[in-house]
Amino acid sequence: MIRFTDNGLYCEAGDFHIDPWRPVPAAVVTHAHSDHARPGHGHYLCHEQSLPVMRARLGPQQFQTAGWGETVMRNGVRVSLHPAGHIIGSAQVRVEYQGEVWVVSGDYKTEDDGLSGAFEPIRCNVFVTESTFGLPVYRWRPQEEIFDEMRTWVEANRREGRSSIFQAYSLGKAQRIIEALRPYEGLLFAHGAVLNMQQALTEAGWDFPRVERLTEHTAMNIRKGCVFITPVPVGGLRVERWMGPNRSAACSGWMQVRGNRRRGEADKGFVLSDHADWDGLLAAVRATGAQKVFVTHGFQSAFSRYLSENGVEAGEVRTQYGGDEEDREDDAVEEKQEKT
Amino acid sequence: MTNAQPNNPNVPLRRRTGFRDFAQLLHQIGETRETSAKVEWLAAYLKEAPPSDKAWTLGLFTGRRLRRMVGTRQLTAWLAEWEEMPEWLFEECYHQVGDLAETLALLDRSPAPQEGMEGDLADQMRMLSSLSSLEDEEKKRLVKACWSGMSAHEKFVFNKFITGGFRVGVSAQTVIQALAKATGLEASVVAHRLSGNWDPATTDVDALLQEGSAGQDLSRPYPFYLAYPLEAALESLGRPSEWHAEWKWDGIRGQVIRRGGQSFVWSRGEELITDRFPEFVTWMEGLPDGTVLDGEILAMRDGRPLPFSTLQTRIGRQKVSARQLREAPAGFMAFDLLEVGGQDWRERPFTARRVALKALVQAAAAGNFTLSEGLDITDWSCLATLRASARENGSEGLMLKRSNSTYQTGRRRGDWWKWKVDPMSVDAVLVYAQKGHGRRSNLYTDYTFAVRDGERLVVFAKAYSGLTDAEISTVDTFVKRHSLEKFGPVRTVTPELVFEIGFEGISESKRHKSGVAVRFPRILRWRTDKKPADIDTLDSLQALLRRTQV
Ligand SMILES: [Zn+2]
Ligand SMILES: [Zn+2]
Repeated sequence: MIRFTDNGLYCEAGDFHIDPWRPVPAAVVTHAHSDHARPGHGHYLCHEQSLPVMRARLGPQQFQTAGWGETVMRNGVRVSLHPAGHIIGSAQVRVEYQGEVWVVSGDYKTEDDGLSGAFEPIRCNVFVTESTFGLPVYRWRPQEEIFDEMRTWVEANRREGRSSIFQAYSLGKAQRIIEALRPYEGLLFAHGAVLNMQQALTEAGWDFPRVERLTEHTAMNIRKGCVFITPVPVGGLRVERWMGPNRSAACSGWMQVRGNRRRGEADKGFVLSDHADWDGLLAAVRATGAQKVFVTHGFQSAFSRYLSENGVEAGEVRTQYGGDEEDREDDAVEEKQEKT
Repeated sequence: MTNAQPNNPNVPLRRRTGFRDFAQLLHQIGETRETSAKVEWLAAYLKEAPPSDKAWTLGLFTGRRLRRMVGTRQLTAWLAEWEEMPEWLFEECYHQVGDLAETLALLDRSPAPQEGMEGDLADQMRMLSSLSSLEDEEKKRLVKACWSGMSAHEKFVFNKFITGGFRVGVSAQTVIQALAKATGLEASVVAHRLSGNWDPATTDVDALLQEGSAGQDLSRPYPFYLAYPLEAALESLGRPSEWHAEWKWDGIRGQVIRRGGQSFVWSRGEELITDRFPEFVTWMEGLPDGTVLDGEILAMRDGRPLPFSTLQTRIGRQKVSARQLREAPAGFMAFDLLEVGGQDWRERPFTARRVALKALVQAAAAGNFTLSEGLDITDWSCLATLRASARENGSEGLMLKRSNSTYQTGRRRGDWWKWKVDPMSVDAVLVYAQKGHGRRSNLYTDYTFAVRDGERLVVFAKAYSGLTDAEISTVDTFVKRHSLEKFGPVRTVTPELVFEIGFEGISESKRHKSGVAVRFPRILRWRTDKKPADIDTLDSLQALLRRTQV
C-alpha cells in the first residue's frame, strides 16, 4: 500500500506522500522538524497544533489540518493523525485501504511530556518506526527527575552568581525546558530561534512562561544569573558576555554517553530526548500488533535485527530523515544559520 | 549516564562514604572543564577523606594502574546472560559507546539502591585485589552483587577498576595543586614527595608528605620539566646570549638516580626501567652518591646516537638479549643535573647546573654516557640554519633553555622551548574511516590514508588528529554517505577526500604493505583544492626515506 520511493514514502492508491524529501503535489507531514517538513510541496496535511510552527518555518503554503483521529479521505484511502508525543502537534499517520492498515510513526516518544500529547499506540498490519535511539544503552529516566536536576543546577549556578545556558532544539526540547523552569519566569531568556517558536505558539494560544531577548540593555541584576535557552553554543558571542559568568549544559539523548558529554562545548549534559528510548521503541512496536515493521532513521540494522530475532518480521528502510544515524544534523545546521 | 541520586556539581561534597564519594568526585570532575573547579573539588575531597582512601585516590589520580581482574569477554558474556541480550547487540552497543566499562554500566539493569555502595575506597580495593584469585563462578556472583549495590556511575568506576582500564582525565598539575591546597605544602614539594615508587595499599600518605621522609624512598625521581613547542618568532625570546641551545634527540626521556649505593632509571611515564638498560650499570655505579640526572635514553654506539627505530627494538622488553645489546646498544645523553650530594639543585640557575653536569660526565669518562652538546648561538639566524640541518644530524630539532632558568615541574611556558624541524608531509587520500572512541564515539574520526602506486592505492598511515570539530563533522557526513563496504567498525569510502599528512619520522618496514612506517602521523590540513589524482606516490615516500638515511 505504501512504497518507499526516491521522493519518500508514497501511497499510490491515495496519491500522496508522507514526509517526502523532494517536492511532491500532496504531502502528509508528521511534524514540523526540518527533515520531515520540507518546503516546496503543492499541498500539506498536518495536525492543527502543528500549523503555527509549520507556518513559522515554511512560510505561507497550501495547508490543510486535521484533529486527532479525524478521518481525511484521499481517493478512497482513509488517512488520520494520532499523537506521536514527539513535539507539539507531532503525529503518527494511520492509512487504511481495503481493510489493510499502515501506521507511519514519524518521530515519537512514549513518555508523556505534558505538551506534545500522549503517544497513542494504534493497531495496524504494518508499522513504520523511527529508531534514533534504537540501542539498549539508551534508556531514559523520567523527565521529572531530569527537570529536578536542571532546577538544582540553575540554583547552584545562581548561588555562584552564574548564568545557566541550556543548549536544546528550538522546537521540542526548548518548550519542555521553558515549562520546567517556570519558577524562574522573569529570568528566562532565549536565542532568536527559540523566541520565534515561542511567539508562534503563544499566538496560537499556548501558555508558556515569559521568555525574552537578552540585550545589553537588560538590567544588570537580571542578566547575571539568568537562564538562557539556545539551540547553538553561544560561547564567545556578544550575548554570552552580556550574561556574565556562566555554565552551559547540552540537553539531548546523546548525552547518555560520556564521550558525547565531554565532546562539544558545554560544561554538562542532561539526558533529555524527544525520541523514544530502547524500551519505548520496543513497547510501541509490540502495542501495534503489526505483522511487519519497517525501521527508518536511527539504528535501523540493530533494531530490525533484534525485532526479527524476537518474532517480528522487520526490515530496514533508507530514508533521508535525520543525518544518517543521528537525528540531529539538519536541525543543528538550520539553527546555526540563525546564530546571533 | 543515568545516575540515581540527584547531584549538585557545583558544591563540594560534605558527607563522606568512601567508594561512593570517590565515584561522585570522578563524576563531578569529569563533567567540568574548569581546572579551578577540579582543583577545588579534589582538594575538598582530600581534606576529608580517611588516610587510606587518600592514598588510593592519589595513587589512582597519579596514574597507578590496576591489574585486570576479570576478563572483558567474561564480563560481556555474564551481562548478555543477565540481560538476556544477544552478544551481537552488546557489540553494537559497545561500538556506539566506545568504552567497555561504560557500556556494561549502561546496560546492567540491577536496581540502584538509595544508599549506594557503602564502605571505604580502601576496603573496595582490598576486596578487588582478592577477586582475581577466585573461581569464575565466585567472581561472577561477586560482580553481580556489587553491581546491585551501585548507581550507574559507581558501576562505571567499578568496571574500570576490575577491567584494569582505570584512568583519570586530570593532569598531574591539577592533582598537585589540589594536594598543595589541601595540605598547605608548596606545590613543588608535594610533586616531589608524591613521585616515585609507593604502594597505595601500604603507604601512609600523611607520612609520605611529611618533611624529611623523602629519604625513605631512595628511588624517588623528581617530576620532569617539559618544554612547550616554540610557536612565536625567535626574536620574541630576547637576546640570544640569554639562551642555551642544544639538539633535541628522539629517544626516551629518562632520569638516572644514584642514591644510597643504588642506581635507578625512570622513564617520563614514571616507570622504573632500570633493568632494561644493563649497559648503564657500570657508569651509574661510578656516579657520586646523591646524584640525579635528567636526559634522553638513546640507541647509541661509541657516543653517537642511532635512529629511533633502533631504540624501538628495546622498548617494551623486560629481558634484554645479548644480541639486542650488540645490535641496539643504549646510551644516556645527559642534559640536566637535579641533585648533587643529596641536595635538591632545581632552584639553581641552569648554567650552574650545567657546569657541574659537564664536570660529572667528563669524570665518568664512559663511552655511552655523554653530555648533550651546547650549540653556539651568537645570533638567531644561525640558529635557524642549524635547525634546518637537524635531520641530517639524526636529531629532531632544537631545544632552547633560558640560561638562568630553574628546573620547573611539568609542562611550562617561558623558559624551555622545543623547536622541532617541520614535519615531513605528503598529500594522501582518505580510504577507511572508523568511529572514534570516548569523546567522539558518535563520529567517524579515525582515518586511514593511502598514496598512489601506479594505478593502485597503497595504505600508509592512520591519523586521527588535526581537524577542527566542524571539519570532523563534514568528513563524518561524507563517510556516512559514501561508504562502500563495512568491515566490523571500519567503513571503506570512495577515495575522494585529500589531506596533507605530516609525520616526524619515516623508516623501512617489512610489516607494512607500503614498505615504510611513519612516526606520529597527523593531519596537517584538508586539501579541498586537490583531487585524488593529485596525491603523492609511493615513490615520494621512498624519496623521503632515502633523505633521512644519508
Ligand atoms: Zn523530529
Ligand atoms: Zn526525525
